[in-house]
Amino acid sequence: MRREIVRCHRLGVELGGVRVLRDLSFSVDEGDFLAIVGPNGGGKTTLLRVLLGLQKPSEGHAEVFGAAPGSYPEKIGYVPQRLFFDRDFPLGVREAVLMGRMALKTPFQHYNKTDRAAAEEALRIVGLGAIGNRRIGALSGGELQRALIARALAGKPELLLLDEPTASVDPEMKTSIYDLLDKLKKSVTIVLVTHDTGTVSRFVGRVLCLNCSMVIRENPAGTPGGDAAQQVYPYPVDLLVHHPSERPESNSQILRP
Amino acid sequence: MNGDILAFEFFRNAVFASLLASIACGIVGSYVVVKKIGFISGGIAHTAFGGIGLGYYLGINPLFGVIPFSLGAAIAIGLLGRKAKVAEDTAIAAFWAVGMAVGVILIGLTPGYAPNLFSYLFGNILTVPTGDLWMIAMLDLLIAGVTWTFSKEFLALSFDEEYAEVSGVKTTLFYLLLLCLIALTVVILVRIVGIVLVIALLTIPAAIARVFSRSLGGMMLLATLLSAFFSLAGLWISYELDLASGATIIILAGGAFLMVHAGRLVISSWQAR
Repeated sequence: MRREIVRCHRLGVELGGVRVLRDLSFSVDEGDFLAIVGPNGGGKTTLLRVLLGLQKPSEGHAEVFGAAPGSYPEKIGYVPQRLFFDRDFPLGVREAVLMGRMALKTPFQHYNKTDRAAAEEALRIVGLGAIGNRRIGALSGGELQRALIARALAGKPELLLLDEPTASVDPEMKTSIYDLLDKLKKSVTIVLVTHDTGTVSRFVGRVLCLNCSMVIRENPAGTPGGDAAQQVYPYPVDLLVHHPSERPESNSQILRP
Repeated sequence: MNGDILAFEFFRNAVFASLLASIACGIVGSYVVVKKIGFISGGIAHTAFGGIGLGYYLGINPLFGVIPFSLGAAIAIGLLGRKAKVAEDTAIAAFWAVGMAVGVILIGLTPGYAPNLFSYLFGNILTVPTGDLWMIAMLDLLIAGVTWTFSKEFLALSFDEEYAEVSGVKTTLFYLLLLCLIALTVVILVRIVGIVLVIALLTIPAAIARVFSRSLGGMMLLATLLSAFFSLAGLWISYELDLASGATIIILAGGAFLMVHAGRLVISSWQAR
């Protein structure tokens, strides 16, 4: 039996008097690759913030590694939706990735050789090994996303949480990021928030459809049904069949709003 | 500069004060610039005027009044913004004005004339006594030690605060610590450029250094050197032309800032052709 990594039971979140999540129950087991999809304002990012310990639930409860969210930061790698930062910030890519080792250190410890080797390895995994010296502000959108994934991987996490990592990259880079996640899923449990319902079902093991009116449908093997999709999205949804030859190991249906 | 002038203790003290203040300025100013908290620094500095008033009222060195006022303002502005969800600019404005008002009232209550008041407002590097130099050196050591110890936390806090929090860093605690370092730097700079002009020396050298730096450590080093250059050059020009030293230092730094950014603009437009 696989270990339970994430468990949410009747979870609800209210932000400024607005109900963002309601009565949400699901779990993520070790080795899962779960995609959370849904319309804008559906509570996807809020759910991720709850799992990170950045947002307290208003009702119900969430557990990550059997404890309150935020209890084990060293076991979690996090890739934010979009990092807004000063492009003139004097920081190299390598130093930015090194921040992924922060959760493993106490406040009085400085980074050591092991940390630098782990950061280098993470850069190599995402294909940025050659540009570790470059200034972080000089990276393209796709390179920056890869650098953020490298930062999340540098701590060798057991759970990787990604918030729309392909939101601002071109289609080629999008495929390359999904290919990377496809490789990573063999060694780390992944929870991915995405709008990219068209591509995501080719890669993930389970899809969680979510919207603010509390509807939640969970579909194994990335095959969200038409009725579930229709309840989740506030507009007509067609389910299209894509050709298995595109990716032989992938699933047979994709959801395309 | 006439070499004989260095024979005077007041001038030697001015040179040492410039060099020592530049260290705190370069280190803390770099965080102020990358974290974009220049106006919090202005708020802390102006609140410190209450401390100067307290110093006059109690008949002690006004800098000993500045320390609790600036530290108190740093912690209060930080906590109001983080915990009480008061908009930070509102908290800054309130403390800025109240600190000045407290200073005015306390100076008004002090019997007799308030000597050197103008030098605390606009700085007078030529009036730094030897005792203050020791205090500036100790504060430099404290600031450099704290930033070296927590360099990775301060870097994460400045670059991506949410990620720092997710990584288990007590971000509010380190933010308050950073504001306290700014408060201590204000104490140092009050003697050099005065309360009103502190914000310029905390931001301009670091803002110029950022353009040419590839790491935060490099930016701190360059900002320290620039700050030392502006202070010493300003001191010399003000002496030669009989101008106010603090204002001369700031105008020099401001001129360099404008030239660097105008140069950048010209180069980028030329490259875009």
